[in-house]
Amino acid sequence: MKTIEIQEQEQIYDAIIVGSGAGGGMAGYVLAKAGLKVLMLEAGPFFDPAKDALQLRWPWESPRRGASTIRPFGDFDAAYGGWQLDGEPYSTAEGTDFQWFRARMLGGRTNHWGRISLRMGPDDFQPTDGVTDAWPITYDEVKPFYDKVDRMIGVYGTVEGIRNEPDGIFLKPPKPRLNELFIKQGAKKAGVTVIAGRGSVLTEALPGVEGRGTCFYCGQCGRSCKVYADFSSSSCLVIPAMKTNNLKVVDNAMVREVLTNSDGLATGVSYVDTTNLQEYSVKGKLVILGASACESARLLLNSKSQAHPGGLANSSGLVGRYLHDSTGSSMSGFLPQLMERKRYNEDGTGSVHIYSPWWLDNKKLNFPRGYHIEYGGGLHMPSYGFLDWVPNVNGKVPDKNGAKKERGGYGVSLKNDYRRFYGANVGMAGRGTALAHKDNYCEIDPNKVDKFGIPVLRFNYKWGKEEVAQAKHMQETFQEVMHQMGAIVTSPTYGPETSYGLEAPGKIIHEGGTVRMGDDPKTSVLNKWCQSHDCKNLFVVDAGPFVQQGDKNLTWTILALSMRTAEHILEQRSKLNI
Amino acid sequence: MDRRKSIKILGLTTVGTGLLLESCQQGGSDKQTAEATADEIKKLPGVQAFEAERNNQLNSERFFDDHEMSTITLLADIIIPKDEFSESASKAGVPAFIEFMVKDIPEYKLPMRGGLKWLDIQCLKRNSKVFIDCDEKQQLSMLDEIAYPLKAKPEMQQGVAFFSLMRNLTASGFFTSEIGVKDIGYVGNRPQLWEGVPADVLQQYGFTENT
Repeated sequence: MKTIEIQEQEQIYDAIIVGSGAGGGMAGYVLAKAGLKVLMLEAGPFFDPAKDALQLRWPWESPRRGASTIRPFGDFDAAYGGWQLDGEPYSTAEGTDFQWFRARMLGGRTNHWGRISLRMGPDDFQPTDGVTDAWPITYDEVKPFYDKVDRMIGVYGTVEGIRNEPDGIFLKPPKPRLNELFIKQGAKKAGVTVIAGRGSVLTEALPGVEGRGTCFYCGQCGRSCKVYADFSSSSCLVIPAMKTNNLKVVDNAMVREVLTNSDGLATGVSYVDTTNLQEYSVKGKLVILGASACESARLLLNSKSQAHPGGLANSSGLVGRYLHDSTGSSMSGFLPQLMERKRYNEDGTGSVHIYSPWWLDNKKLNFPRGYHIEYGGGLHMPSYGFLDWVPNVNGKVPDKNGAKKERGGYGVSLKNDYRRFYGANVGMAGRGTALAHKDNYCEIDPNKVDKFGIPVLRFNYKWGKEEVAQAKHMQETFQEVMHQMGAIVTSPTYGPETSYGLEAPGKIIHEGGTVRMGDDPKTSVLNKWCQSHDCKNLFVVDAGPFVQQGDKNLTWTILALSMRTAEHILEQRSKLNI
Repeated sequence: MDRRKSIKILGLTTVGTGLLLESCQQGGSDKQTAEATADEIKKLPGVQAFEAERNNQLNSERFFDDHEMSTITLLADIIIPKDEFSESASKAGVPAFIEFMVKDIPEYKLPMRGGLKWLDIQCLKRNSKVFIDCDEKQQLSMLDEIAYPLKAKPEMQQGVAFFSLMRNLTASGFFTSEIGVKDIGYVGNRPQLWEGVPADVLQQYGFTENT
């Protein structure tokens, strides 16, 4: 057998960052701006939305008309990757389920996310429910960083003064679409709060920020934005940081291991170039992981040494533990009053125009914490399957002349039905707090490796009764909102046999908790600065450090915490010897 | 609003305007669509190499035979015929789209091939002719038995399942084509200012404000 030559680079970087998503991007940006020499390793290819976004393409420019055969959110979606990657498997323990979404590209999943940008509130950091664990930090400690992220990246919304849904520094929100006006009406009657959406889209110029355009309302944030009007880590953090000449990005670099010395300190990482399978090792004074909650945990568990026999930063045995996603359940329907509606361009932003923050007191409910509701529907761009629902419901309303129609059909009458129903659809989806349990975890599968020879993850995740109870509550709420606005429900009725439509763990792509922070090294992996208890020059800046996420989509908190960690690193440089 | 004017109003002169203009161009002379040809599918910037290779590989294969394609074409045009507003499904390239989709989603191959055969066998039993050779009255009376799920007889259920798939593929193919997008009246996918629901629409539905 030929020997594998590992190419060692002599340069010692001030910091090596693994991953270029929200966490890695923000850390790289802050450190490079401060003058540190930073190396960023990204497992996927370089991606610049200005050149690579499939924004403003038409459905017929895809041979599958945007179907999700290759990319899980359709052919035009920005994410390179999905729940399954060729040659990079994962497994699940028997009787458990987890779906792991990975985007292999510069900027990671921030290129395609919904841009819904919510702050966790005081009760999310310091819960009062008696069930979920407290963070070692409070909202007031994180607030200045949320503020800075708002000013640096931009978020629209309205000041509402809701205690656990903290306001930010907001740009003007987009006005509601027609179906959203009906939703607001129906929700109000159902006792559900609806407020303006909060999205990281520049609806107006952001003071002091250059090189980014403002939103022109094509509704395609999921494809990533050619004028950088929405937040992607690629466009807003990594590419600007590269312009300082202090940040070097190596793409197609799949990190194998964090390297440590006999004192147990991190000295660098080894990686494989995925394009030619050449092996490399690079040196850094600091190693910062932002590879995603599960990928960072995998990397730590695969980095065994004499000083760290159970895996790096894992003296507590908790790396991979407390894995939690958000809950998700949804309902769709249509508004008969919107049939044959006037056509106009209501693409709007690609983030939410309205949403329902959690509005109830849990004391009377059989689950802790809560969920928010996102809404959809309207005159959106045609794509594969977008009218499949019509022949299933065209028998539910009379035809133009008031006569009863038979469901299904063909011919001119059906062609007219597609036209009549288009844009009358409405949907809602709950996103709620799933509990971080020690017994929900990922670990190294003892029997499997990926195509690079790197041991893969095995997931052990089961929903508890609290998540199921939450999904049941979602379905009841959706039913009531649909009823109050006069909508006809078109989605199946989800009962106990489907856990009330509760999506499989991982499907909401909000996973976190695998390297939780805490003050006690026995019960946590990182300290409150996202620094390893066991290895002081190792940090994790993705959603791994989350003790317990709220029902707030986690990107804004990843950004705030990563900025906080990076600033802490700058303050502590002398003590950390960098 | 004129596109250039709207771009100017939106202040898009700083970043990527050229790219935007390029992307906005609809139709024009360069009609390299996937429809109805076995030509190479144009690789768009941002499409990964393996995706483009797969698209072209699928496009170079042939699944349906001539008889099957003729049946698909006829069915597509019965499902979405030409009317006073737009062309028929086949004019919009639906048969070629369906040929591509069954290769793209191979689980559709068997139900489509088998369904077409089921249809021909039914027609042979009734009229001693395959579906495309039946007269129009015979064809429609056959389809009436499988196009309405709630009134179809139990022994027609396999036909109902086939026809539902065929109907969905036809509608997808038609309303995502240039002809179909125009027909359904989608007028977005271009820069604009969004200032909420237009006043006349608010009034139509009895809303007094647009927030």
